[in-house]
Amino acid sequence: MIHALALILLCQLAGEALSRLFGLPAPGPVLGMGLLFLLMLTVPRLGDFMRPTGEGILRHLSLLFVPAGVGVVGHLRQLGENGLALGVALVASTVLAIAAGVLTFVFVARLTGAKGGEDA
Amino acid sequence: MRDFAEIWSYLAETPLIWLSATLIAYLAGDYLAQRAGRAPLVNPVLVAVILLAGLLWATGTSYATYFEGAQFVHFLLGPATVALAVPLWLNWPTVRRAALPIVAALLAGSGMAVLSALAIGHAMGLSPELLATLAPKGTTAPVALGISQNLGGSPTLTAVLVILTGMIGAIVITPMMNMMGIRDWRARGFAVGVAAHGIGTARAFQVNPQAGAFAGIGMGLNAMLTALLAPWALGLFQ
Repeated sequence: MIHALALILLCQLAGEALSRLFGLPAPGPVLGMGLLFLLMLTVPRLGDFMRPTGEGILRHLSLLFVPAGVGVVGHLRQLGENGLALGVALVASTVLAIAAGVLTFVFVARLTGAKGGEDA
Repeated sequence: MRDFAEIWSYLAETPLIWLSATLIAYLAGDYLAQRAGRAPLVNPVLVAVILLAGLLWATGTSYATYFEGAQFVHFLLGPATVALAVPLWLNWPTVRRAALPIVAALLAGSGMAVLSALAIGHAMGLSPELLATLAPKGTTAPVALGISQNLGGSPTLTAVLVILTGMIGAIVITPMMNMMGIRDWRARGFAVGVAAHGIGTARAFQVNPQAGAFAGIGMGLNAMLTALLAPWALGLFQ
């Protein structure tokens, strides 16, 4: 488990370094995800080895957002003043983005015959 | 026995108490969500944030003090993002076959998220600074903060808007998809990952493992696209 964790941190570190070095728009952790994925794709044994730790971390992914969420206490005044506009913008844009994404996915999947997800 | 105030003033200074409080608040939120049969509105993050905000208010604790303890949990966002490579690897054959729908849905979902948020915010009279703060709200927290800062927004307020967006997405996704009659788990997961990043992804994993894997991919791809899209879209409204 410590080995797997070390590899995850190393991938993040390498991603962070690449992002800064080349001024890439993608942040370190996202590049790290790409790196780890390429490693597992090249060495399938590594994938089986990473699986328990990776799934363990992701099981409680929501927990990791709590500290940033509590930051709301510092912005109550600003949120109160612009609450209606921000609230409408957040709710409407999230619903619209989900609808646009899911309809496009289903439409293009049907168009190209990329089946595989129905009632799985 | 020493008096309580003395012990409290000692404990309140160490990271231990707020780290414990974060975990306990989350466990309480998760327990309530379980008791509610994973009803979308009883979101564990939402419950935990309300409990902790109330606790900070009641004890007169500043967010900075709280964060000294909570930062250990916050830090794990990075490694968790890297760990998304695992479900991606497990679902790689399915993902590869869906390459075209993925690219198309990414452009549609990500573009809609940024443009509609800015259009509504602009129409309702938000200041340019608040528009810059709002623009990256659909992407994962560490990325959104960087974008907001580059555009002249307020990064800490962006973090809050990001979390709110994630909770909205996690709450609406299941009823919305059932209402629209969408049964393709790939499409459901991917769309919520693009629109509501990690919190939407966490919700997708609760509902279906394939939806979770596709949500993780949507979140990762959207992090890259929003970094390119947000500055351009903001230019349209300034």
